[in-house]
This record gives sequence, C-alpha cells and structure tokens, in this order.
Amino acid sequence: MNAPQTPHALHFMPSAGFRARAKDVVENPFLRQSFRGAMDFLMSKRAAQFPDPEELESLRRLGERIRQYNLAKLPDLLVQLESNLTRNGIQVHWAETPEEANAIILGICQKHSAKLMVKGKSMVSEEIELNHAAEAAGIGALESDMGEYIVQLAHEKPSHIIMPAIHKTKEQIAKLFHENVPGVDYTDNVDALIQIGRNVLRQKFLEADIGLSGVNFAVAETGTLCLVENEGNGRMCTTAPPVHIAITGIEKIVEKLEHVPPLLSLLTRSATGQNISTYFNMISSPRKPGEKDGPGEVHLVLLDNGRSQAYADEQLRKTLQCIRCGACMNHCPVYTRIGGHAYGTTYPGPIGKIISPHMLGLEATANMATASSLCGACGEVCPVKIPIPELLIRLREESFTAPHANPTMRGQGAGHNARISAIWRAWSAIYASPALYRAASWLASRFRWLTPRRQAGWTSVRTPLQPAPKRLRDLIKERP
Amino acid sequence: MSARDRILAKLKATAPESAGDLPDVGGWYADHRTQESTADKAKRFRHFIELAHAEVYSVSRGGWLQKLYEVLSAKQIDKLLVAPGTVHGARAQSDLPPLGIACPGYDTPIENWKPAMFNDTPAGFTAARGAIAETGTLILWPNADEPRLMSLVPPVHIVLLDAANIYNTFHEAMQTEGWQDGLPTNSLLISGPSKTADIQQTLAYGAHGPKELVVLMIEENV
Amino acid sequence: MHSRSAYPTDVYFFATCVVDQFFPGAGMDAITLLERQGIRVHFPEEQTCCGQPAYTSGFPDEARKVAALQLSLFPNDWPVVVPSGSCAGMMKHHYPTLFADDPARKAAAEKLSARVYELTQFLVDVLNFKPEDCGSDCTVVLHTSCSARREMGVHVTGRKLIGDLAKVKLAQQDHESECCGFGGTFSVKQPEISAAMVEDKVKALKATGAERVVSADCGCLMNILGHAAWKDQQEGRKTPSLPGEHIATFLLRRTAKENTQ
Repeated sequence: MNAPQTPHALHFMPSAGFRARAKDVVENPFLRQSFRGAMDFLMSKRAAQFPDPEELESLRRLGERIRQYNLAKLPDLLVQLESNLTRNGIQVHWAETPEEANAIILGICQKHSAKLMVKGKSMVSEEIELNHAAEAAGIGALESDMGEYIVQLAHEKPSHIIMPAIHKTKEQIAKLFHENVPGVDYTDNVDALIQIGRNVLRQKFLEADIGLSGVNFAVAETGTLCLVENEGNGRMCTTAPPVHIAITGIEKIVEKLEHVPPLLSLLTRSATGQNISTYFNMISSPRKPGEKDGPGEVHLVLLDNGRSQAYADEQLRKTLQCIRCGACMNHCPVYTRIGGHAYGTTYPGPIGKIISPHMLGLEATANMATASSLCGACGEVCPVKIPIPELLIRLREESFTAPHANPTMRGQGAGHNARISAIWRAWSAIYASPALYRAASWLASRFRWLTPRRQAGWTSVRTPLQPAPKRLRDLIKERP
Repeated sequence: MSARDRILAKLKATAPESAGDLPDVGGWYADHRTQESTADKAKRFRHFIELAHAEVYSVSRGGWLQKLYEVLSAKQIDKLLVAPGTVHGARAQSDLPPLGIACPGYDTPIENWKPAMFNDTPAGFTAARGAIAETGTLILWPNADEPRLMSLVPPVHIVLLDAANIYNTFHEAMQTEGWQDGLPTNSLLISGPSKTADIQQTLAYGAHGPKELVVLMIEENV
Repeated sequence: MHSRSAYPTDVYFFATCVVDQFFPGAGMDAITLLERQGIRVHFPEEQTCCGQPAYTSGFPDEARKVAALQLSLFPNDWPVVVPSGSCAGMMKHHYPTLFADDPARKAAAEKLSARVYELTQFLVDVLNFKPEDCGSDCTVVLHTSCSARREMGVHVTGRKLIGDLAKVKLAQQDHESECCGFGGTFSVKQPEISAAMVEDKVKALKATGAERVVSADCGCLMNILGHAAWKDQQEGRKTPSLPGEHIATFLLRRTAKENTQ
C-alpha cells in the first residue's frame, strides 16, 4: 500500500505526543486554513437553524432535562430495554471493556463463518478498535460511510465524529482513490468521487455477511434502536446483510419514544445544520415470518468502557448527557487550530477531553484537559447543556492533585507534580494574606527590572510581562 | 458475576435516588409549534423536502398513475419495482406495462434475487404512511407487502403520499398514532434523496441510497 | 438584594491582581469614571486576587483560601464593581460552588454574588451612564473576553457604551466572539495553540483598520497587545501597529471635558 502516512502514528496514547502533534498542525498554514474554513461552514449552518434564541434555549433545556432524567433511571432503563428487545427478538449482549465487546462481535461473525462485515458509522466501534480486532481474526471490516471509507483507505482515523475526513481535500481523496481503487482514473470532481465510492460499496453491501452499526438512541419502552444518517449506508448495513450487529454505549438510552423528537432535532440542527437528517431509521426486531428482507438476526452490544465511572459522580455524570453532535468541536478555537488527529483519542475536541479520561484513564489523558482556554464556546452550543468548561476544571483537579485513597477516577493524580503543587501552595499562601501580597507585589514592582526577559511559553510570541512601576494601591495613596 | 450484572451493580450503587418528573415534551411542542391546516402543512412539507432536493408533484386522487407514468417517461425509466400486494402497487403493475414500463413485483425473499435488486432495478415505487410538515419528512413503515429495500436500493425512489396524512411534527405523528404501543420491524423517516458532504463539505446526492426522490402528493383540490 | 432602580451612593472596587500590578492606570481611570458619576468608591486595601488562576488550574483548595479572604472584604451592602469580566465571573458564578461544602461561606458567597458587577455592566445597567463624546473622530475595535461574553453575558454593555460615543466608529472584526487564546495558564501550558489563537486574533483586529483595540479585560489585553508588540519588534516597527487600552481609560479620555479645548 502506498497510502500517505500521517507524521505521527495514531494509537491510543493521547497525552504523550499531544503538543508535538498540535504543533505540526498549527505550523501548517494549509491545514490551518482548511480547518478554519470547515468549522466556519459548520458554525454558520448551525446558526441558520436556530434563528430564535428563545426556542433554542428552551429546547436545550428540554434536551438537558430528558438526558438527565434518563441517566437518573439508567440501570432500570437498561433492564427494561433488554427485556423489550429480547421480547422483540433482538439479542442483547453486555461488555465492560473493548476486549469483551470485540470478542462478542467476532464470536457472532465466526458463528456465521463471516468473511466480510460492512460498517455504518459508529464511533463506539472506533472506540473499541473493532477493525483491528476483525482483521486479526481474518474478517474483513469495511467502513461504508463515505468519510469513514476515505479515512480507512488512507489508514487513518476519523478526525471529527460527524465529518470523519474533514482534514482531507478533494485532491488528496482523488489521489487516494486513484491509487487504491482498481481501475479508477484521477478525478477531483466530488460527484464523480462519490460515485466511485458508491459503486465499490454497493457490491460490498450485496456480498457482506454482517452489517455493523452504531445507535443514536435506544428506546426502552418499545425496544427500538434509532439511527441517524444522510447517506443510506446505515440503512444498507442494517437491512441488506443477513445479520445486523449494533453497538452502543450504555448511556444512549431513553425511556419514552417521545423523548426522541426533541433530541433528534437538537442533534441534526447542532451537528450539520440540517433540520433533520435524510434518514431516521428505527429498528425494533429482526425479519419476521413473511417479511422478504431485513436481517434474520439482530444483536445489540451494550458497552460500558468507563462510562459507569463517569456515572458514579454527580458532576462527571453530565458527561454522559452527550448525544454526539460534534457542535463543541465545530465551535472550539483549539479544535479549529489543531484538528482532530492531534488529540490522539477516538473522540477529539471538547467532548473528547471530558469523555476520554473515563475510557483510557487519566494516566493516558492527564494533560488533555489543559488544552483549553476555558473560553466556554463548547458549553454555549452544547444542545444538552453539558457544562464542559466546569468538567475540564474538575478533570484538571483530578489529574493534578496528589493521589489520594478512594479516587473517583482511574489514574487520579496521574498529572501530579510536586513542584507545581508547591508553587500553587505558595501562591495561595501569598494571595490569602494581605500582608504577604502587599510585600510580594511591592517587591515585584520595585524590582521590575529583574523580571526575566524569557518567560516560559509566553515570550515565544509576546513581549515579556512586566509589573507596572507603581501598583494601583500606590496610585490611590498618592492621589491629592 | 456476568458483565451485565457487574455493569448494573455499579450503576445501581451510584444512581441518584430520584429522576424527578417526566420531561414535559408535549408541553414544549404545544408552546413552540403551531397546528396548521392540511393545505399549509402540505405547503410546508413541500418546501422543506424540495430544499432537500426531492421532486414533489401534486396529484388528484385519480390522477397519480398518470403522473407516475410521466415522471418515469421523463427520466427514461422503463422498469419499476412495485409491491403487488398493495393497492397502489397492483394498480401500477396492471396499468403501466401496456405503456412500455415493466413492473416486476417484490414478491419473493431478497435472498432469491439480491444481485438483480442491486444491479438491475432502476426505480422503486412505494407509498408513505404519512409525512411531517416541520421538516419535510416522509414516514414509511415497510412491511411484508412493501419491503424495506424498495425505498433504499433502486437509484430512483417514487413515493405516493396522501396530503391528508401530513402531521405538523414528528412528535405529533407518534403521539397521534400511538407508536409507543408498538413499532413494526422497521420504521423510517425519509427527508430527501441520499446525500453526503463528506468530501470537503461539498454536497453530493446519491451516496448509497436513491439519487432521486420523487413524491406524488395527493391533494383534494388538485 | 440590590435594587436596580436605586442609584447607588457607594461602591466597592475590586481591582483584580492583574490591574493592581500590571494595569494600575486602567484601575485609576475606572475609579475616576465612577466618581464622576457621583459615587464614592471604596477600595478595600486587603484585596488580592479572586482566586481564579488556581481554580481553573485544578487547585480548588488553594483557590478557596484566596477566595475566602476576598469574601470578608465587602461588609456593607454596596455593589462590588470589577473592571474585568473574568474575575467578576469567578466571584459571581464560581464562589458559591467553590464553597459548596462550607455553609457559612456559601451563604456569604451567594450574598456577594448577587452584588458583583462587571464595570461596563454596572455603568450601563445600574448607572444608566450615557457617555458624552468630547473627542474627535476615530475608529476602534472592541474585544470582549469570553467570560464577559458567556459567563457574565455582558458583551452588549461594552458595545453599547462605545456606541453611545458620537464620534467613535466601532469596527467589526472577523470571528469577534472567538477567544484570544489567553486562558490564564493555558497560554503557558499549551503555548503553540495559544500562539496560533492570539496570532489570528491580532490579525483580525488589525484587518479592521481600527486605530486601537479596547477591552474590558486586562488579561486579554496583556495577550493581544503583548503579541502585537512582539510582532512589531520582529518586523522592526517603532510605533505600535495595534495600540490598545482598557475601556475605562478610553471612556474617561473620550468624556473628559478638557478634550473639547
């Protein structure tokens, strides 16, 4: 394969190379320009969907309430969902870890002697790295969402949860298709490129033994799996192959069917600025006797993978309100500067920063929460009002304070640094004491000429900070 | 202990004591969405689904077959997949072949003819159960007579819709019809032809599903 | 509860550590501006810092100690005016949660929270201040901090004050609501990303052709003006390509009668 390689291999080791990867993108004017353009596009599309601030705010409040209500009842709803799905003929499986989830999925594949699995867009399947596991087991796993297909051809990972190939230009995709799809001439006409993908993947839908999908909402009262999409590949994956396997995180559940319309409206309007997606697909059972198509077997895999840890804490539980619209990344000035790959996690951007520590532990993600200016743009647009900046502050605390007994999070204290903690203690001692502060600030202004000319990080693109010759309190005293 | 029991035990141990009252979804819709007349709903439905690149034709209760024929002729389609077990499918199957349009019926399980469905079926004809004005959305409940792939695999999907069955909102549709009491194997909302913007945010139609979506909308005053 | 209809006679001024040490002139100008409205301004001398740097860095215990000191400094029921949206936001919105486990302090924090005002908010919403423009024609561009905009919701008040100045044209920068990249310790912990953000911000501000940038937050000003000055140095300019100042300084100068002479 001669697909282009990204400069830094992408595996789940987020914190380690984060700054280096971010720097690579920030120093690439071409990428900077293209992310900015893409995010501007998505922001303006969303804004056009919410012309009435009152409607938006009340709908967000309703969305938040629905998510919090359902999370509060989560254990009961999971049991209800399981019972109704089972009654409908859908087989339910539970996995605590990515390994368990992969084993369940591959077990089903092997039972059917499957050779090819076509995949609809599923971030959870990315989270468990299903494609690697399937390949290792000799089962082809083919992405069918156009963006995911492109990213898979390039041996990369999605850089955005809604627009996986947002980092690629049509010219790059043209080259990728020309070099990797047999018999395809170079063309950078977007319609032609989509046709190429369509033709390749149609044959795969026809041949596939297994269709895999994610789930946007699982409805407990009816035992229904809901999928949101525009392309039709999700419907293909869930209808054409003889077996459908859906995978979802345990949090994506609502009790009532009527909880779906407001969440769907918030999701599509926030994500891509559509008033609704092209398809909204509700699956409640496998093929019934007499029906002529649809899979004979439907499975649902419920994955924990750290979600129960977030659930255990009242504040962190809000992380699980997420409906995966991606608006937080579209509006994030950091994501806009560095793109999705720099994060090194399956979920990039603000939501990635708050969910990944539960999946991967704070050891692997200790520094990610610092990559935010806490500007609040994410929290402002979140359709279910997740207080993302507050959660980032909480994660900083969990990471940097000294390890203690009974931590709420895996890897608590992983970012602890005795020197930094000592600096903050000293800072606190000075600023909590009027006398010490008076003395310290007087010294700083008196000896301002001693201020270093090089100040870590700051002076790489700014002139040095220097206290004023006289403090405000001095000027006040000197007033006539 | 199984993974199931461990997950549930963890959640139960930490779940809040009360979830509070049920969210007032109905109240929100009552406050924020208006009830429109059938004609206005039809207009709104048409506006939004046309924005999503669908073609809509108003037809009379007796005139839809003629329009169906015209649409197929204009697109130079000479083969239409129909559902013979339905009234509209049977009508098409009896009236169109003499006009030069073959109308194979979807009357055998897909396993018997999958390659032909994927490679040799230019258009499919189904009815819609209803529609949603707010978003320009068709509601389809495929069944044994009119199976799921008819509205997905053929490159052109033609839908017969009775404008009397258009709801203001998705919420109104499910509440009025009592969907919570039982959903079919598969229920669908379709709001345009298949599309993608995955390459440089450039919109392209016909990603995996139909490239063209045609709605024949039966209206009383036509 | 502080009533909006009653015109206050006295206010506390919480300067913030950044103003005290780095922008004392802006602090003096804010005080003078308030005094000109006939208000007695009290500066509790024991004030230090709102505690935000430690709080947002993940050191709540350290922040609490500092915040506890500030809590004790405003005994009378006067408004507390803060010439910074982000420090005002800390006191107004985060103090109550910071002291969630300390009922006495929590109650004090809630009482304080109700009477904390960002300077431009206080001028517009409480004083109904209508600046009379005594300066000559000029164009400025306003940068509003993220906390002022999203936490305090006061991005409209700075805009209104400048809008009221007859001879001042307010320029509109591209991506106005986007963060300048300061973010406290963010600028030091993630210098590459912060640099990219401030670089874009300065470019957008300069592209408006405005002769100066005005902001109600000194943190943002430190970042924006620091980068603009660095760029000037790099490119050998002797005069600043993007001068800037606190909105208090700007308003005071525009409304000073001596300007008419």
